[in-house]
Amino acid sequence: MTESVAVAQDEKVETVQSFEQPNGEPATQEHKTHGINLDSLGRGRRKLSLEEEETCLDIHDLNLFYGEKQALFGINMPIPKKRVTAFIGPSGCGKSTLLRSLNRMNDLVESCKIDGEVILDGEEDIYHKRVDVSDLRRRVGMVFQKPNPFPKSIYENVAYGLRIQGINKKRVLDDTVEWALKGAALWEEVKDRLHDSALGLSGGQQQRLVIARTIAVKPEVLLLDEPASALDPISTLKIEELINELKDRFTIVIVTHNMQQAARVSDYTAFMYMGQLIEFGDTDTIFTNPREKKTEDYITGRYG
Amino acid sequence: MTMKITVSNWFKSGSPWVWLNAGAVAVSVVMVLGLLALIAVRGLGHFWPTAIVAADYTIPGNSQVQVMGQIADVEEIPAQRLVDAGLPKPGNKALIDRQLIKVGNRDVSGSDFVWVVKPWLQNVSHPKDAIALERREWGNFYGFLKDVRQNGSVVASGTEAWAALQDSIERAEDIYSQIYKIEKKEIGHINSGLERLRLKERSLELKGTNTPEALADIAASRAVLDAEYKVLEKELGDLYAAFTRDSIQAQTIDNNIVDINVSKIVRAYQPNAMGFFGKVGFYGDKIWEFVSDDPREANTEGGIFPAIFGTVMMVIIMSIIVTPFGVIAAVYLREYAKQGFVTRVIRVAVNNLAGVPSIVYGVFGLGFFVYFLGSHMDQLFFPEALPSPTFGTPGLLWASITLALLTLPVVIVATEEGLSRIPSTVREGSLALGATKAETLWRVVLPMASPAMMTGLILAVARAAGEVAPLMLVGVVKLAPSLPLDGNYPFLHLDQKFMHLGFHIYDVGFQSPNVEAARPLVYATALLLVIVIAVLNLSAVAIRNHLREKYKALEI
Repeated sequence: MTESVAVAQDEKVETVQSFEQPNGEPATQEHKTHGINLDSLGRGRRKLSLEEEETCLDIHDLNLFYGEKQALFGINMPIPKKRVTAFIGPSGCGKSTLLRSLNRMNDLVESCKIDGEVILDGEEDIYHKRVDVSDLRRRVGMVFQKPNPFPKSIYENVAYGLRIQGINKKRVLDDTVEWALKGAALWEEVKDRLHDSALGLSGGQQQRLVIARTIAVKPEVLLLDEPASALDPISTLKIEELINELKDRFTIVIVTHNMQQAARVSDYTAFMYMGQLIEFGDTDTIFTNPREKKTEDYITGRYG
Repeated sequence: MTMKITVSNWFKSGSPWVWLNAGAVAVSVVMVLGLLALIAVRGLGHFWPTAIVAADYTIPGNSQVQVMGQIADVEEIPAQRLVDAGLPKPGNKALIDRQLIKVGNRDVSGSDFVWVVKPWLQNVSHPKDAIALERREWGNFYGFLKDVRQNGSVVASGTEAWAALQDSIERAEDIYSQIYKIEKKEIGHINSGLERLRLKERSLELKGTNTPEALADIAASRAVLDAEYKVLEKELGDLYAAFTRDSIQAQTIDNNIVDINVSKIVRAYQPNAMGFFGKVGFYGDKIWEFVSDDPREANTEGGIFPAIFGTVMMVIIMSIIVTPFGVIAAVYLREYAKQGFVTRVIRVAVNNLAGVPSIVYGVFGLGFFVYFLGSHMDQLFFPEALPSPTFGTPGLLWASITLALLTLPVVIVATEEGLSRIPSTVREGSLALGATKAETLWRVVLPMASPAMMTGLILAVARAAGEVAPLMLVGVVKLAPSLPLDGNYPFLHLDQKFMHLGFHIYDVGFQSPNVEAARPLVYATALLLVIVIAVLNLSAVAIRNHLREKYKALEI
């Protein structure tokens, strides 16, 4: 991957050079204050460039229709490996739809039709006929907006994915459950009540449990669909910290309404509007020096 | 500012509707409680040992007779009615009391009950030594005990006779239970063995494999059973001889002397000599007999255990059949079938099925299950028993299946409702972990929908347990010789006819030769039916609440 990609609204695919940012040097250019002051978020500026990233998911010319209505228009973008990519945009812009098409959750919608391809790990198009959807979803896990633990014990929730795969050895399950709960920063809070119902946990704990459940099957990609939007600020903070820790191990794609959150947690940000990918680049650039007028308008709060 | 209470304000405040709702609820509660109270009082009062009254009864112009018995009912009638019936008018009152007295002694006097006009009763007394005997036939006996005899010779008389009678009844009961055990269990077992051998022989004959060796085998087994039977028969003969050893002599109020064999007596009591606690004990005994014993005397005496057993058995088999069918149908309709015209038609059909009168199901069950399926099953699987039908006749299996069909819509609708309430987020959560649709359904959705299935089952049980009309066509009888579940192979006799509480009420109330004696049993049986349904329902509700607690929906 050598170039960052921007898709103009008139579907004319225009490839531009990435913004000059001398490698290895601290960013010296003045901070534009188009919306969010990145320094105030307590994160240092990252020196990232899409060119140098390995691609995990490669989206090619993805069009998606709900019945007659087109919801996604010719999306082209690479999702970089072991980085956090955020999708932002106003409600109904198609960011959740795009996220759900990365592990074929849209298959559940009867009227949904898709063309284009999504290549996972440079191997195969996930929409190919031969692909086993269950297998794909094991490799591309997903966490939803509302915590959705199963009405089972905490332990059984985390072990669910493994049991589905036919793994029933107690030792393997025990180890994986502990590993996953530790990975989701929940172990300390629940280790004494693993066999209590998961529904007794707080919302934030439930969401971390769902993340633990998802990472227990050791996916390559974690799709997070507004994972913190139903949670209180403290729980949100914990989830964000968790995302930071998990990004060393997983490729993370997060959809969020909250631009501050996108700026805090993501390495790359895609801005979507009306089913089109308007701009995609490293987060610092998107938030400080967007190329497109629409992006600038959105992050400065002029609409959406 | 003044608070003016106007009608329009009162209406606006909404309180008329609150009052209306509260009133509707109150009326419902009163009706339910009233219904229960009525059947409870009428039914349970029957078992209380009321006092025996003795009196002189003179219809003016006729000679005086003596009556003795228990007062079963009292009512007030207009005096004119007596006049119309050709009787003289007692006194000047417009209304007079009339009593129904259970005088018993059907073998002597011909009828169990007499109506007497109260003003014509004189010298009413409650003789302490009056006895009531419950007999295995001929109803109750009322009178006075003279003596107790063994093999015809007097062993106790006068004041000792009562104690001797109680001992003698106890002994007879003991022997009776031995006889019962031998006749029903052991000889029943031998009979069922012999019948199986007969069928085996016939089956060999039909197949043409009745080789001499096979026949010799059967003959040998039969000889063993016959030998066992001979032993039992001898034992039984001895028991019967011992059983009829004792007898009593008793005197009725009109000085007839009667000999009664103790083997014919179920219970003897002296209600006038009983204290309160004695009566309570007696009452408990009677209630226990009612729920645990076989019926006697054309169902007007004894217990109704076979009917309780049959009802519960049928409901359980019905549940076992209807639940999987209903759930599978609902899962297919809701989860797999492509929603459209066809599913809509099916739903309409299912809902209409719930509105079909139950007797129609009975007719269908008789025509399709019994005559078509049953007779074909007989030809295929039980040819050796023909021409007598095995499943080609009404029985427990067909009754259960017919009721399962009747209650299927309820289970389907309730389960569909439950499935549609499972949040899609939970399904998605499971699918996103790599589960297939079937795995999601099996591991997450169905457990979560199980309370709804239980709700369907509860409604189904409530409906099925109360149905009588279709059952009369497909398997219920007035008196079944044996329970559908016993110790004889194959233990659960799905082909047998059975007794049912609902039909028992109908039979006792409207088909009984002794209506006066049976009427309280109608109430008592009705009460029991309500209790049985309540118990079945409450246990299902308990299971459902447990499941609900376990799989309570995600509400955040």
